[in-house]
Amino acid sequence: MTVVTTPDPRTVSHLHPRGSFRVADHPVPTGKEEIWRFTPTGKLADFFDDTLARESLGVTVDGPAEVRRLDMGQSPRGTALTPVDRAAAIAAGTPTATHLYVGAETTDTIRVSVRGTGAETPTADHLVIEAAPDACATIVITHTGQARHIGNVEILVGESARLTVVSIQDWDPGSVHLGQVEALVAKDAVYRHIAVSLGGDIVRLQNNVSYATEGGEAELLGVYFADAGQHLEHRLFVDHTHPKGISHVDYRGALHGDGARSVWVGDVLIRPTARSIETYESSKNLVLSDGCRAHAVPNLEIETGEIVSAGHSATTGRFDDEQLFYLRSRGIDEVQARRLVVRGFFSTILARIGIEDVEAALMARIDTELAFDKEN
Amino acid sequence: MTNRSLDIRDLHVSVETEWGPKPILKGVNLCVKPGEVHAIMGPNGSGKSTLAYSLSGHPKYTITSGSVLLDGVELVGMSVDERAREGLFLAMQYPVEIPGVSVANFLRTAKTAIDGQAPPLRTWVKQVNASLASMQLDSEFSSRSVNEGFSGGEKKRNEVVQLELLNPKYAVMDETDSGLDIDALRIVSEGVNRYIDQGDRGVLLITHYTRLLHYIKPQFVHVFVDGHIVEEGDATLADSLEKTGYEQWLKAEA
Repeated sequence: MTVVTTPDPRTVSHLHPRGSFRVADHPVPTGKEEIWRFTPTGKLADFFDDTLARESLGVTVDGPAEVRRLDMGQSPRGTALTPVDRAAAIAAGTPTATHLYVGAETTDTIRVSVRGTGAETPTADHLVIEAAPDACATIVITHTGQARHIGNVEILVGESARLTVVSIQDWDPGSVHLGQVEALVAKDAVYRHIAVSLGGDIVRLQNNVSYATEGGEAELLGVYFADAGQHLEHRLFVDHTHPKGISHVDYRGALHGDGARSVWVGDVLIRPTARSIETYESSKNLVLSDGCRAHAVPNLEIETGEIVSAGHSATTGRFDDEQLFYLRSRGIDEVQARRLVVRGFFSTILARIGIEDVEAALMARIDTELAFDKEN
Repeated sequence: MTNRSLDIRDLHVSVETEWGPKPILKGVNLCVKPGEVHAIMGPNGSGKSTLAYSLSGHPKYTITSGSVLLDGVELVGMSVDERAREGLFLAMQYPVEIPGVSVANFLRTAKTAIDGQAPPLRTWVKQVNASLASMQLDSEFSSRSVNEGFSGGEKKRNEVVQLELLNPKYAVMDETDSGLDIDALRIVSEGVNRYIDQGDRGVLLITHYTRLLHYIKPQFVHVFVDGHIVEEGDATLADSLEKTGYEQWLKAEA
């Protein structure tokens, strides 16, 4: 058998492997690879086994989107996303993908539910979201239940479209969720992705963006709250392939409990062709107890100096004593003062969702994560 | 109750340094009764702000001996928020930014904590807006994050809004005049005077300029040097300080 692979030139980076649809091009990770070095790969053997039969979790869609099926190789499948790791390649090979088409006249919110039914059967899905030119929509994808799931999301943002994709990971304990999210942003389009990871034993999302042509704006936002034993990993890769693009990355996480672990790896690649771009990436972690580890690795690969701006920052800290003192000096007890500070820390990002009931539900969910304070 | 007062008795406070504990307050005695306004004046580094923070229970400062009685209740040993709920308020020199927490949410949470129950929504919003208006802050101000991006004047005005709404029994105003232009100083002083005019509140004004005392009239002035009070008098003492400065006591201490 002769196999011809066409590596995608867009995904060549010092820090990112070439993408490939062939599972065999992505060897089973040992945990020593750059992209896997923070991940507990020992617990993920089934995710790398391409001989396993995988079921689809399917999606329940509520809102004005056309839902179709896409066979392997059927356009626009494969336009934006080329798998960069083995799990993503396995999910990309799912025979039937779901196509969510958002028309130009859409203004409403589209709610997508992905619900796991148990950790016994491995599952994989490939979702393609296509926003027509000039579309203006918010899609909220909520992951709940229990699953060992690989979920790819391929996103095409049409010219001058404004698309917000909110991805909420609120799995039950015992769940693992890997996947690659990749968007291709067309001219003058504004793409916003908001990842919210709260529940699940291991969540590892590779979130990539590139630009179809000049212009285009991408905002990658995220919040996560890692509890005891949880591993929440968000890997961002913005590939500035064309001039005048804008990208902003802002992730905030809190960690609490023994063995709580978060990984944030940001990488922005500014290619020689990507003149006059503007980028900033930021990661903030709030460590709420002993025994947690927050890894934050910001990277910038700058191949042209002719840009507007490029910067990054990563901070990891504990509660600010002065903030707590200020609140407590107004009679607010310590538990509530901490809750206010954490809520405030996340609210700046959550407010960007722009859908009141979703924001309120997530805040309430974060409050339950903070309920540990009652014990202190 | 006959012993209504904020009664500071022989207060000694030290701060932890690299070289061990360093004493800052060296026996402070001061009694503020309801309806009284006391000014504490002193040079930089004399320990005035340490006194303010120590009364509130800031964790950086350790009270090594002495007592602070608020209407007969011992504050030493209480947590920061317990002291506030007893009726002590500290208007800070450097109010702290709390990103993502709106002024409205903060004020309501504080009011609920102090009163032990949530304020009635309808009247509360009116009260907040009236208080903001009196400080010449528009109602949009309440949707901003606490102290985040506030100008120096806005921060101080926000402190006085809290003073007005929480209406504590005793208020310590730490350098409330610093960083204010003349208009802001007038607005802030008017707010503090409205609080004082209730007649049964005690105020401790900490400042190192006499400027503030042209707007807020103290009955008592205490000169604070090297961690304790070295001279006491009425408002005229502030006037003479304006002429002579603190030099005479600094020399004596040296």
